[in-house]
Amino acid sequence: MPALDLTTETSRRQMKNHVFVILAVIANTLGNFLLTLGMRAIDFKLSASPIDYIRIFANPWIDAGVILLIVWLVAQLSLLSWADLSYVLPITAASYVLTAVLGKLFLAESISILRWSGILLISVGVTTVIGTSPKARLSAEEMVP
Amino acid sequence: MMIAWLFLLTSVLTGTAGDLLMAKGMSDHGEIYDFRPRALLRMITRLSGNGHIAIGILAQAVSFFSFVALLTVAELSFAVPATALGMVIKTIFAKLFLNEQIGRRRWAAAVLVSFGVLLVSL
Repeated sequence: MPALDLTTETSRRQMKNHVFVILAVIANTLGNFLLTLGMRAIDFKLSASPIDYIRIFANPWIDAGVILLIVWLVAQLSLLSWADLSYVLPITAASYVLTAVLGKLFLAESISILRWSGILLISVGVTTVIGTSPKARLSAEEMVP
Repeated sequence: MMIAWLFLLTSVLTGTAGDLLMAKGMSDHGEIYDFRPRALLRMITRLSGNGHIAIGILAQAVSFFSFVALLTVAELSFAVPATALGMVIKTIFAKLFLNEQIGRRRWAAAVLVSFGVLLVSL
């Protein structure tokens, strides 16, 4: 039945889209987090010698961070192959929320009431677009001039 | 402070250009279906020859390093609102240059997220 196939195809694409959103958000947040941990661990100072920059990669946290950021780049490019930029931008902002949560859990950073309200606003923004079509083809009356 | 504004401007402009070029390159490329390792490698080889993608990634790199440079001369609470500003600028440019159709929900999301990032950075 063609109608049934169409529904399966739509939900399959929706599933793929959500998997890549989650992958991009987690890889970006965790990649930055591990880079920060690694840079703190080696106590890096600005240097004129290229060897000092190559030595950074002796730290396993930094290597893991760089690999995760490559995963993020591939996931982000994949998302942009089927989704609008104006959809990808607010939805991947979920990484700000995850960053704050990771900072609180593992770096014992305190979260003020202002920061909590920021996290809430971002979350509301993300949920505003999460259920919508990644590639918008709006009807005339939905358009905002 | 002059140098901070220069880094800020460079970071926002190259970041915006980078995102727009990458979005343009990938939408021209078309939807990716095959995520087996061999197919992904083929895709990366093909994309490295795509001008929009190559310049887009280069612009992102410049944006990233200007942001890091900005952090050495300014507070995080000065630097992060730039990211928030970038969100709204990128959405406007996506409409102007990529002809994206942006409805009420997407405008609302862009504005909500921008204010959210602003508050988180305080």
